[in-house]
Amino acid sequence: MDKINVGIIGTGNIGTDLLMKISRSKVLQCAIFAGWNPDSKGIKLARRMGIVTTSESIRYIQNNPDCCDIVFDATSAKSHIYHAPILKELGKFTLDMTPAHVGRFCVPVVNLAEALNQDNVNLVTCGGQATVPLAYAIAQVAKVEYLEVVATIASKSAGKGTRDNIDEFTQTTKDALMEVGRIEKAKAIIVLNPAEPPITMRNTIYAIINDPDMGRIRQAVGEMEQEIRKYVPGYKIILGPVLENGRVTTTVEVTGSGDYLPQYAGNLDIITCAAVQIAEKYAREKMGRKL
Amino acid sequence: MRKIKFIDATLRDGSHALKHQISRNIVDEYCRGMDGSGVEAIIVGHGNGLGASSLQVGLSLEKDEDLLKTAREALGSTKLGAYLIPGFGTIKDDIDPALELGVDLFKIGCHCTEADTTRQHIEYVKFMDKTAYGILMMYHLASTEQILEEAKKMQSYGADGVILMDSAGASTPELVRKTIYRLVEALDIEIGFHAHNNLGLAVANTYIAIQEGAEIVDGTLRGLGAGAGNCPIEAVAALLQKEQYDLCLNLYQLFDVSKEIVAPLMSPPYSGLDDISIVSGMSGVFSAFKVHVMNASREFKVDPRDIFMELGRQKVVAGQEDKIVEIAERLQKGEIRR
Repeated sequence: MDKINVGIIGTGNIGTDLLMKISRSKVLQCAIFAGWNPDSKGIKLARRMGIVTTSESIRYIQNNPDCCDIVFDATSAKSHIYHAPILKELGKFTLDMTPAHVGRFCVPVVNLAEALNQDNVNLVTCGGQATVPLAYAIAQVAKVEYLEVVATIASKSAGKGTRDNIDEFTQTTKDALMEVGRIEKAKAIIVLNPAEPPITMRNTIYAIINDPDMGRIRQAVGEMEQEIRKYVPGYKIILGPVLENGRVTTTVEVTGSGDYLPQYAGNLDIITCAAVQIAEKYAREKMGRKL
Repeated sequence: MRKIKFIDATLRDGSHALKHQISRNIVDEYCRGMDGSGVEAIIVGHGNGLGASSLQVGLSLEKDEDLLKTAREALGSTKLGAYLIPGFGTIKDDIDPALELGVDLFKIGCHCTEADTTRQHIEYVKFMDKTAYGILMMYHLASTEQILEEAKKMQSYGADGVILMDSAGASTPELVRKTIYRLVEALDIEIGFHAHNNLGLAVANTYIAIQEGAEIVDGTLRGLGAGAGNCPIEAVAALLQKEQYDLCLNLYQLFDVSKEIVAPLMSPPYSGLDDISIVSGMSGVFSAFKVHVMNASREFKVDPRDIFMELGRQKVVAGQEDKIVEIAERLQKGEIRR
């Protein structure tokens, strides 16, 4: 069967991890790996894999508009705001990996179908991908008065994009908890930890619920964990949900598959897995229509 | 002789000691009492900075905005300052409203190895023409060379100064001496020191920092602050005055506010330099974890000192309070050996 061509802009941690995952896909193939720096680690790796690369970033796609149908933008929030209208003009199905939030949020386990009708889909943040599903699951079975998430990631797994965009990262994660997670009042906190060996990505979700039915909450959270594990195998609840000090607390660790960065970088996996999941679904529907 | 600046964090770090229950009334009384005392700025807001009121680190009694507004009305010649840790607060939700309320000076903080997460915020504050200090927390956890590198980044973002926070009170005098010496020698901007007293060294460490060329004392009246508390401004000011430093402080005014306004806040259950805070310093864990460790110790019926030791072993940083519950639960189940 033919594969659908994709382009990746941004050759940092996220872009390179996407490349590794796409190279295994049955329905996607990377037709162009684009950045500005011809000597980046990611671009060198792509060249070794025999992938077409360019140091002209989005300009390559503008000059070769037929090179791909789907574009992953793994640059920065600032750059995506510039790229988004260009990609829309070119008619590309765009998966925005930055916290720019130009298009609608997508957390596949909650609203995949909706995303496929958009021309620009925002992947929220790694913290958002890890916690929005649980917030949504809890909100389905309990009236959540307030919900808060704390995402802690290893310093080594936070690339330049994440660091330069920490403000958007914090804001966007909160927005997604409210919009996609259906939480009325939410807060997001992001912490980087430089400990060696690097820590595995962990996310804690606190919920304030009046008289919580812990049985139903446990079941809902457990079911959601299983759903996510279908596309992020390293997703694991390590604490709770437990009622302690007046709050319902759940902690989840995300171990990466170790495609590009080592396994501690579950934060890469959870967002790249989600993006590839959306792109594959889109590709299958597109190919289905052709048949 | 160099002029020494005092940044007064009593209301901000004291927020930890008072479980974030500082009222508008206290802010009003305190700011009126301290105005014109010669301290450079009074920092107001949640202990972990603007926007940090949370289940993770503690909910505030009052909104940061209300506290800042109260302080602004009470202060005349003394500057109003605010603290912000990127990842907790944001420009849109916190810095913009603070600017609107008339904050003059911002301290932008991060874990000591993560200076690049402060770039957006320092640049923004400088763009808005306000004073910005970069804060490196938990500085005892990184090598002097790395601290220097991170401080240089903050200087390159336009920071007016860099303040080291000994957040766990884990510093030895030797570490203070060595680190401050390197920063003063290599940077062109002001250097400051924020001590915690977990090992009883807050005044001594601050004094050493000044001897090595630091120009900013970041402390609190009577040492009111997280864990074992901070460097008591009035004590170090008296020491520096005795040693002929140029201070421009009204020492008696500090004494009076300390006695009349701060001392009553420190009535029990304020515990200061107790075994728990000493273990926090010994294990090198963020002082403000104390309240949460005590809560978890009660909830899971485990020794709070064991929780601190394990937190130290795992090298947790500020903001990782959610580790406390996990460790307490694992201690209770016997999954972690004491």
